[in-house]
Amino acid sequence: MTSYDDSTVTELRQMANRLRISSLKMIYQRQAGHPGGSLSAADIMAVLYFQVLRIDPKQPGWEERDRFILSKGHASSLLYSALAGRGFFPLPDLDHWGELDCHLQGHPDRLKTPGVDMTSGILGHGIAVGSGLALAARVLRKSYRVYVLLGDGECQGGIVWEGVNTCAKYKLSNLTAIVDYNDVQLDGPVHEIMPMEPFDDKWRSFRWNVIKIDGHDIVQILNAFEQARQVTDKPTVVIARTIKGKGVSFMENKAHWHGIAPDKEQYEAALLELQKDDK
Amino acid sequence: MREAYGRALAEYGAINPRVVALDADTSSSTLSNFFEKRFPDRFFNFGIAEPCMIDAAAGFALGGLIPFANAFAALVALRALEQVRTCICYARLNVKIAASYAGVSDFKDGPTHHAITDIAVMRSLPGMTVVVPADGNEAASFVPLIAEYDGPVYFRLNRAATQPVSRPGEMPVIGKGIMRRTGKDVTIMACGAMAGRSLQAAELLAQKGIDARVLEIHTIKPLDKELIILAALETGAVVTAEEHTIIGGLGSAIVEVLGEELPVPLLRVGINDTFARTGPDPDSVMDACGLGISDIVKAALSVIKRKLY
Repeated sequence: MTSYDDSTVTELRQMANRLRISSLKMIYQRQAGHPGGSLSAADIMAVLYFQVLRIDPKQPGWEERDRFILSKGHASSLLYSALAGRGFFPLPDLDHWGELDCHLQGHPDRLKTPGVDMTSGILGHGIAVGSGLALAARVLRKSYRVYVLLGDGECQGGIVWEGVNTCAKYKLSNLTAIVDYNDVQLDGPVHEIMPMEPFDDKWRSFRWNVIKIDGHDIVQILNAFEQARQVTDKPTVVIARTIKGKGVSFMENKAHWHGIAPDKEQYEAALLELQKDDK
Repeated sequence: MREAYGRALAEYGAINPRVVALDADTSSSTLSNFFEKRFPDRFFNFGIAEPCMIDAAAGFALGGLIPFANAFAALVALRALEQVRTCICYARLNVKIAASYAGVSDFKDGPTHHAITDIAVMRSLPGMTVVVPADGNEAASFVPLIAEYDGPVYFRLNRAATQPVSRPGEMPVIGKGIMRRTGKDVTIMACGAMAGRSLQAAELLAQKGIDARVLEIHTIKPLDKELIILAALETGAVVTAEEHTIIGGLGSAIVEVLGEELPVPLLRVGINDTFARTGPDPDSVMDACGLGISDIVKAALSVIKRKLY
């Protein structure tokens, strides 16, 4: 196990918090977006975009780059914040999300936004698309890795498991899926709407390598990706237990905050909480 | 037609190493297995999971390859439609969908396996190109053209052998219709298996003293508007003929153009808003559901009576 120095971990933790603040600001300004699932996945995205992914903002189309698919495309404000933070486009673009002339669409569009590897929005596609991308690396003898972030509610759809099956058949060890397991979806708790447990057994029975972590623990996230890179005969899923709305007390674990924007008072209260964490 | 396609894909695979073939447990039917035998490392079978195959095809295209995704038209154009719309058309990925067993050519399996709405659905998708070859030779000629064409293509293939209409060595052009027979009294505009039937209908019309032009419109989208408008202008009456429902297919596409540019009397030959049925061979199923040579003749005779000039 690689040990990470404290400063790296602290920086990533602060970055996650900044991504939360940025996402929430975007959602507040636009009065639209998905706060709950953006806040829950912020630590995972901070580790991916600021430590793990082999990418170059100066060459968004670099053929050897690692690919990232935001299968849960509704967390677009989080992805846009990470991409702008890495320098794929200017930070002030974030203030124009959703405007008619802005490249930042409601959900990610690979043709419009630099750094977006795949268009997404309708749930379920990420792993199946990723399987083709990972197989293309094999055909063309390229060393890039494919990362797919999906939600737990998203896993209720059958196309997810068609993709999971395909990755197992072809032993796609160059693909890593991360499930942002916050147990909350639009209509309520995942375990009530359509229970997915025993969740890790499902993946294991599909012949995947399964790693379960606390999705808000930076060290555990770093270690999970490191472990996934060591596996050579199967794909890995990182099941990251998270809290929907993480970091804003009144949003945490509330389905209500899946897809609505805070008003001014709520936004300011949320910002106070998040800024306190930024110390 | 499927054998000509399957052999052509395998041959082209030798020329272009970027081509990969995907199938959904139908490789011995679509005959993508010719490709599989020659290039096992570039062939991928997804099982009976067309949506996954289409998503994965998007992934192959993202990685810089040219995937030919093979499946039954009825499945790929219906079950995998959302994948086609979102991950191929909206994401504008260079995927070629080889949709086999189209129309009623899977005569023995019946309406569940027929594809009679696929042209309508596919041509409504922004960015999709729709190509319907008329015979085996033409299907083979299109393979390199489609592979080298920049953008998604829906390539609609017949299971059955169709009446040949193309000449050996002829090179079709995507987006350009072909004048298969000159004529001045009426124009029959057809695609796929109905092109050969239209030529036969034109011979019967000639015996009645009617000089019918036949256009093969193999590319439904983008449509060869110039050729269509010119024929309407010169012959003053049009019959469309397709192995598809009359709603939304070739006939509708032509009506849209002529309605806006040059309205002339027009009749559509196609499946009349109904499901087809099982039969002993493709020809008898086609004859039974309004796609007979006699149906084309009847439509031509009827539309000529309504000519404006």
